[in-house]
Amino acid sequence: MDGAAPYVTADGRQIGGVLMDMRGITLRFGGVEAIKNISFDIREGEIRAIIGPNGAGKSSMLNVISGFYHPQDGEVWFRGEKRKPMKPYQVARLGIARTFQNIALFEGMSVLDNIMTGRLTHMKTGLLAQAIWKGRAEAEEVANREIVEKVIDFLEIQAIRKTPVGRLPYGLKKRVELARALAAEPKLLLLDEPMAGMNVEEKEDMSRFILDVNDEFGTTIALIEHDMGVVMDLSDRVVVMDYGRKIGDGTPDEVRNNQEVIDAYLGVAHD
Amino acid sequence: MHAPADGGPVTIPDLLARNVARHGAKPAYREKEFGIWQSWTWAQASEQIDALAMGLLTLGANVGDHVAVSGRNRPALYWAMVAAQRIGCIPVPLYAEAAAEEIAYALDHCGARFAVVGDQEQVDKIADVRDGLTQLDHVIYLDGRGLRKYDHAAMTSYADLQMAGRASGLLDQVNARSAARTYDDTCVMLYTSGTTGRPKGVVLSNRNVIETSKNSSEFDHLRADDEVLAYLPMAWVGDFIFSVGQAMWTGFCVNCPESADTMQLDLREIGPTYFFAPPRVFEQQLTNVMIRMEDAGRFKKWLFHRYMAVGRRVGALLLDGKQVSAGDRLNYMLAKLLVIGPLKNTLGLSRVRVGYTAGEAIGPEIFDFYRALGINLKQLYGQTEATVFITQQPDGEVRSDTVGVPSPGVELRIAENGEVFYRSPGVFVEYYKNPESTASTKDADGWVATGDAGFIEDGTGHLRIIDRAKDVGKMADGRLFAPKYVENKLKFYPNILEAVVFGANRDYCTAFINIDLTAVGNWAERNNIAYSSYQELSQHSRVLDMILGHVSEVNRSVAADPMLAGCQVHRFLVLHKELDADDGEMTRTRKVRRRIVEEKFHDLITALYGGAAEIYTETEVTYEDGRKGKITATLVICDALVAAEQHKVAAE
Repeated sequence: MDGAAPYVTADGRQIGGVLMDMRGITLRFGGVEAIKNISFDIREGEIRAIIGPNGAGKSSMLNVISGFYHPQDGEVWFRGEKRKPMKPYQVARLGIARTFQNIALFEGMSVLDNIMTGRLTHMKTGLLAQAIWKGRAEAEEVANREIVEKVIDFLEIQAIRKTPVGRLPYGLKKRVELARALAAEPKLLLLDEPMAGMNVEEKEDMSRFILDVNDEFGTTIALIEHDMGVVMDLSDRVVVMDYGRKIGDGTPDEVRNNQEVIDAYLGVAHD
Repeated sequence: MHAPADGGPVTIPDLLARNVARHGAKPAYREKEFGIWQSWTWAQASEQIDALAMGLLTLGANVGDHVAVSGRNRPALYWAMVAAQRIGCIPVPLYAEAAAEEIAYALDHCGARFAVVGDQEQVDKIADVRDGLTQLDHVIYLDGRGLRKYDHAAMTSYADLQMAGRASGLLDQVNARSAARTYDDTCVMLYTSGTTGRPKGVVLSNRNVIETSKNSSEFDHLRADDEVLAYLPMAWVGDFIFSVGQAMWTGFCVNCPESADTMQLDLREIGPTYFFAPPRVFEQQLTNVMIRMEDAGRFKKWLFHRYMAVGRRVGALLLDGKQVSAGDRLNYMLAKLLVIGPLKNTLGLSRVRVGYTAGEAIGPEIFDFYRALGINLKQLYGQTEATVFITQQPDGEVRSDTVGVPSPGVELRIAENGEVFYRSPGVFVEYYKNPESTASTKDADGWVATGDAGFIEDGTGHLRIIDRAKDVGKMADGRLFAPKYVENKLKFYPNILEAVVFGANRDYCTAFINIDLTAVGNWAERNNIAYSSYQELSQHSRVLDMILGHVSEVNRSVAADPMLAGCQVHRFLVLHKELDADDGEMTRTRKVRRRIVEEKFHDLITALYGGAAEIYTETEVTYEDGRKGKITATLVICDALVAAEQHKVAAE
């Protein structure tokens, strides 16, 4: 687990040093231990998957990374610094953006406005300046809009720019949510089940976009996903959780052949 | 023979220079990118074109080299075609959505040395087949996304090549090459879509393109302040004439949409004054309007139907400049204010002065709908070999059942067997590397066979197309059999997706019908008709009743035409599966392959001509992943109502 030296993957991507290091994380809700003493790291430029059966604690882990939950034990290190307990918006300012398992967009707002909210942490002018909307606030909005338009172009959603999100089909909503996260120009992108409920074609599109984001912007990605095919194809390394414990960690091939992982997924025969 | 009679421009680059001189500061091209319309004036476009032309020179482009162009409609790709012409190369636009092997065939056939392409998708397609293409030197791409890690030994970005061109200082050489072009040099080469056999490369000269652009621009009084939306495939001759030929001749502005999906939105933002669309685009628009209206409130529905009725009664008459009563005029003004104006705005057609449709027959009610809105929608008939125009409808003489009078400079001739021949300044030079096909299509005097059968209407001089000449036949009693004519009438019903009519050398006509699952499914839902499969729905008694009604109506209208009255459909059946390209029953462009359908379903045809009331059949189908399966069904055979014929005309 100390192999922190930068290297280049088979398909030519640059993997750097450790970006985020989770050390001995334990999270309890009352008497329930959702995460039991888990350690793993996420390295710069990689696609890291967290998998496991239902109730394994994957989403809880993602919530710890995004600062929504505060673990009772353990340390979160981000870019070589130990992170103090933080509010989610403070975490967002550090350069961590996420999408949600159940889409969390503003249904009545247009796609463009929704994605613009992703720029919120980058806005520096005050409320009054923005209300008057001249000078600095206007220039800032234009600059932000430019970034948002690049994201729209990147995710090929030009046709729905002005459409209210509520009118969109599920697959497109997911893409808009990804767009909003990307608009924040994150260093680390957290995706909570990006393919849930999608058909094969939508999954292929989404996989393509995830790879492109990673490739084009060098964004580090941590994702939770149930579709094993997707996980094995996309990710560089996989953490496997079961009942709050880490039972596997490694490349997709290593994980696939790990007996404990197989047992967790297929069940074990009891005499 | 080396210059136009008036000593005017000889090539597209000449026209470009003329436009720069005349209105250099006027927008020539626009493209929506990153949510904003970017525009280039004629002077700016000319500079971009020169930069690329010089860039191509630095790559060693020779006079007569072919330069393939492939991608969605973008100004830079239009410039690439003109840049090629600047240095004596021949642009060859290709269909962006063509499969790799089709692209390979075209690149190999024309021996393209350069390919200017839109994005990674196009680059990948060429990369797949590059090993077999010995002549392809260099690929130039526009959008570098995803291409960073590709081997750039024989690949350059468009912008980089322009930079190299600007640095090279080869403008004199570019100008010298341009000046040496003649009126009879090749302007462009276009591949026909190839519904029968291999695609053929149609060579069009500067004379073809410039004469045609001039004539057709004058015919419709196109002006420099017109606006068009360039969204149809660049490889299609129509787009080349509209977005390059006519745009260069008149100096109007060519607008490129942001992506294929945003066409409708961009249409609305630009509000073109000159608009071209195949019938399916108009059909799609109309269907969307009707579906939205179904869901509208009662008052809005009432308003819509009331004033659309006024539009239908008055709109087309006003367009044709006919007499209309003062009351109707007032009514139409109200209709325009309340319904038609806002609707046109939503459709993006508010400013359309001249609209054309072509390519296929358009349903009369679709046609009438747009005419009712006061949109000057006209039909034209043409083909690649004619540099588009053969006939077109003049203002004030527009009907849905003719394709108009001969375009300026076009002579028409109808052969013994009814096939239409034409001769014009737009007649193509040759099929590239294919003298046999050239000879069999174009005779020594320059007459070209269209392959379509038709006749010139007495009195009006309008051409009416009946069918493909090879499909037109005789019935057992010697009367004319024109299946497409009847099939088109059937297909105009939204419930009917496809129809195949049989009857050559038979006593009467019969038909296969495919229902349109979207339309019929929607109808079934609204009428509480439950079904579990396409097959079940297709054989539902109420569906059959509905189709029977449509067929009988078509029979009535067919019977009214003395020449074609024999083509009434006596018996028909609704097929249990959709005709599909995967099963070989259709071409990829969704044209029915008559022979294959006849062979495959011969048992059904036998039953149609026997007395049976139903028939059991087994059909092999191919699934999308290539696996084969078999479906069985019992199909009901229906007898349609046949209208009494107006007295049979004596055979001439």
